[in-house]
Amino acid sequence: METFQYNTESIIEIKNLKKSYGENHVLNGFNMNLVEGENLVIMGKSGSGKSVMIKCLIGLEDPDSGTICVMGKDISQLKHDELDELRTEVGFLFQGSALYDSMTVRENLEFPLRRHTKKFGVIKDTTPLVMEALENVGLANTINLMPEELSGGMKRRIALARTLILQPKIILYDEPTTGLDPITAKEIILLMISIQKKYNTSSIIITHDVDCARAISNRMILLVDGINYVEGTFEEIIALNDPKIQAFFK
Amino acid sequence: METILKIIRIFKSFLLDIGELSLFAGRFFKEVLKRPFEFKEFIRQCYNMGNRSLLLVAVTGFIIGLVFTLQSRPTLQEFGAVSWMPAMVSISIIREIGPIITALICAGRIGSGIGAELGSMKVTEQIDAMEVSGTNPFKYLVVTRILATTFMLPILVLLGDAIALYGSYLVENTKGNISFLLYFNKVAEALEFGDLIPATIKSFFFGFAIGLVGCFKGYNCKKGTAGVGLAANSAVVFTSMLLFIIDFIAVFVTDIFYDL
Ligand SMILES: Nc1ncnc2c1ncn2[C@@H]1O[C@H](COP(=O)(O)OP(=O)(O)O)[C@@H](O)[C@H]1O
Ligand SMILES: [Mg+2]
Repeated sequence: METFQYNTESIIEIKNLKKSYGENHVLNGFNMNLVEGENLVIMGKSGSGKSVMIKCLIGLEDPDSGTICVMGKDISQLKHDELDELRTEVGFLFQGSALYDSMTVRENLEFPLRRHTKKFGVIKDTTPLVMEALENVGLANTINLMPEELSGGMKRRIALARTLILQPKIILYDEPTTGLDPITAKEIILLMISIQKKYNTSSIIITHDVDCARAISNRMILLVDGINYVEGTFEEIIALNDPKIQAFFK
Repeated sequence: METILKIIRIFKSFLLDIGELSLFAGRFFKEVLKRPFEFKEFIRQCYNMGNRSLLLVAVTGFIIGLVFTLQSRPTLQEFGAVSWMPAMVSISIIREIGPIITALICAGRIGSGIGAELGSMKVTEQIDAMEVSGTNPFKYLVVTRILATTFMLPILVLLGDAIALYGSYLVENTKGNISFLLYFNKVAEALEFGDLIPATIKSFFFGFAIGLVGCFKGYNCKKGTAGVGLAANSAVVFTSMLLFIIDFIAVFVTDIFYDL
């Protein structure tokens, strides 16, 4: 990817984040920041706490200590309503797509629209918004299907559409290509890039897929032993001679 | 020694479960009064619950009424007390058999269903997805389901009772030539509000227990697909135990009121 111009302030800033489950110290002082318009890739092996970190970021998990600022707001200080409002600006693509399997594709997409009444008020006709989101991911014809009728790649796209429908400024992707075949994974990556161009979103992409990281990252952070082990562009990191780092790229 | 330790361990985990379940129930009572009320979802859950268990409850009720009457007939005949059949059958069905059988069926059908459904929603992060979509998943998923089981179970019990009595009537009609009117006249004579009211109150508690335990097990489901099966399974076992405990307590409480 082309080099990224750093000129703006961070819209996400995490300082010294710690989180343990009993004796399992998952995060031990993790730091990172996200700049506006940037695609930041966070790599780490499975079970290293990537999902825990990203869930702390959106208030789904409470950290033990450390501060998290999203768009200038310390999320631990937010009231419930304010947190809900912030969550309309920060989209989350879940690891396994997390489509509601008792609802059709249309109802899945309508759910966040109808629920976040603060941002949108009460929408009478959601069809144009639903259709726009579905067209963005190229699946307008699936509107009346149930999730079980969709392939893994299609589910991932619908989940992306459901995230996009709120027009977030930031999108958090939790392993967007995991569990997909290489060709479908490639399609999802291209889709992510085109969406980023179209809506000018900033993204954090969690992955252990090297191709995905290479294709999309402006900057990377490796999460090892609960801390931000190393940071830099893809080329910088792949050139390093640390065995812990090399293990990712074999 | 080994077995004693094992029993102690099982008992301990049961008590721990009871403790956590009470906290869960506390959260339910706190959230049930808060706005917004998810009324549409509540209706949908009521419909689901009726839809899933109606046929089963009806068939079981019918067979129980039939078999119960057939089996007690010879004994009553020996004492020349066959004319007491409607009274005996209706009192035992309304007071005890109807509620507990219906509740056990619903524990197996509804409780396990709730456990599995919420469990898989938890494991696949659908519950997290709801939370970031401006929805309180506890209210949307748990409160509505517990309310639905609480309100629907008494209705299902009454229905099961009625069908069981009808089954009993069919036996009496073929074997004893008693007419429909006469049979149900005798039933009405034998029954008092003192039979119906405690049974209905008890059914509310049964319904509450089924919803509560199903939601509790599903909502606290462990990661992985094995966790979902375990949630469904333990929901049934735990609910059944709880149902008998509630039944036991209900008998004592009702007795106190009868003595007054
Ligand atoms: N709710 C939880 N309770 C206990 N342990 C958890 C919980 N969530 C995550 N963990 C643990 O935290 C660690 C990191 O998990 P996770 O962030 O999901 O890893 P990954 O980097 O693969 O996304 C794992 O060891 C996991 O067992
Ligand atoms: Mg993960």
